[in-house]
Amino acid sequence: MKTERKLEKQARTVRSGYLYILSLALSASRDTAKMDLNMDSNAPHSMGTTIIGVTYNGGVVLGADSRTSTGMYVANRASDKITQLTDNVYVCRSGSAADSQVVSDYVRYFLHQHTIQLGQPATVKVAANLIRLLSYNNKNMLETGLIVGGWDKYEGGKIFGIPLGGTLIEQPFAIGGSGSSYLYGFFDQAWKEGMTKDEAEQLVVKAVSLAIARDGASGGVVRTVVINSEGVTRNFYPGDKLQLWHEELEPQNSLLDILNSPTPEPMNI
Amino acid sequence: MSSIGTGYDLSVTTFSPDGRVFQIEYAAKAVDNSGTVIGIKCKDGIVMGVEKLIASKMMLSGSNRRIHSVHRHSGMAVAGLAADGRQIVARAKSEATNYQSVYGEPIPVKELAERVASYVHLCTLYWWLRPFGCGIILGGYDRDGPQLYMVEPSGISSRYFGAAIGKGKQAAKTEIEKLKLSEMTCREGVIEVAKIIYKVHDEAKDKAFELEMSWVCDESKQQHQKVPDDLLEEAKAAARTALEEMDAD
Repeated sequence: MKTERKLEKQARTVRSGYLYILSLALSASRDTAKMDLNMDSNAPHSMGTTIIGVTYNGGVVLGADSRTSTGMYVANRASDKITQLTDNVYVCRSGSAADSQVVSDYVRYFLHQHTIQLGQPATVKVAANLIRLLSYNNKNMLETGLIVGGWDKYEGGKIFGIPLGGTLIEQPFAIGGSGSSYLYGFFDQAWKEGMTKDEAEQLVVKAVSLAIARDGASGGVVRTVVINSEGVTRNFYPGDKLQLWHEELEPQNSLLDILNSPTPEPMNI
Repeated sequence: MSSIGTGYDLSVTTFSPDGRVFQIEYAAKAVDNSGTVIGIKCKDGIVMGVEKLIASKMMLSGSNRRIHSVHRHSGMAVAGLAADGRQIVARAKSEATNYQSVYGEPIPVKELAERVASYVHLCTLYWWLRPFGCGIILGGYDRDGPQLYMVEPSGISSRYFGAAIGKGKQAAKTEIEKLKLSEMTCREGVIEVAKIIYKVHDEAKDKAFELEMSWVCDESKQQHQKVPDDLLEEAKAAARTALEEMDAD
């Protein structure tokens, strides 16, 4: 009995091994790129992403990383995920690059017409509502999470989060994208009401930098946009200038640096 | 200012040689034959009042409303053909709720007035439609404060401090101009509107009338509603006293 079962088990292993190799051969014929170079160039461009929007005393700060990936390949390492909707309202895009661009383009168009009709700048709430209607009504086809932030003369600085299904939620701060998973605890501890502009911006840069350190789908540079009654300011923080976190290594620019150093030991931690 | 437009007044799509569209002017006459409607903009809101001429003693008081709420924050008083007015009110309500669902905020009064005016104007462009035979006084309170608009059958809409349409509009306008509206609260405005309507009502030509008033102001929490009954009675009493004093002179 025991030997029988053992033999059966061996047979199963051999059979499953055989099936495994068969499946490899089959998939190889379908997408060779995937097996050979670990890259599927036919995969849709997705922005793994970390996006953040934070209100402060007088306006809002929006922040994002800059990595756009196609599978494991980084298609764009310096993308700008914070796009303009109107003079006073911007949106952080995450998820499918194409979906988020199309939604932003539609809403920019609607808001432009709305501004002309109204005779004054659109409010952040209206911009967020238009985004929400598109996201919700096309939820079967779209895959994009957005954070709308801006300033208007009635409500001041406002942040609205519009995650995947098309909910609209007004928040004092919002985080999104794959990298945001690593920031929930951080914000619970570090967020406070009524920060100054510089405090808020430093918070955003620190948060994006932490997410980049842990999330493979986020990386590159940190971009921020500050919006208040005076206008809009764009800032740029190169990746190699960001603070190093736990277990992060110093960037090595060239092997020659290692060889020319007094103690040429690669992997010198 | 009436003239016979023989031959040029049969269709709303015909101009006369001196550049007038007579059908629209005739529509305005329908408005002039109806009971007076007034609206004033006080410092904290809008007050509107209607002189409802009672056609029959058998009619229930309070029926045949002439002032309608279009949205929480705005209302419309209609003069002229009542059935035409119902159409316009229905359209305005639909525009307001549609704006709210698309843009997520209550329709600004300016935008609402423009849409109503567009709709009224639309019906002056085609030969198979006739112009609306009503004048509208639209009052609302949005983020930019209280605003008062008037829409004529031609589709013109303008913003006012005080407006009057209907039979007694000339006399009413003179009375409104005497008021210091920028210093008046809506409570005081209600009394003044009642006085004006009682004053311009022509006892000889028209028999009985019923006063209908509404307001949208800080006191009503920026919601458009009927003037509360006690204030309405107070206003009517004050108006009657003012009238007697005048007669006594």
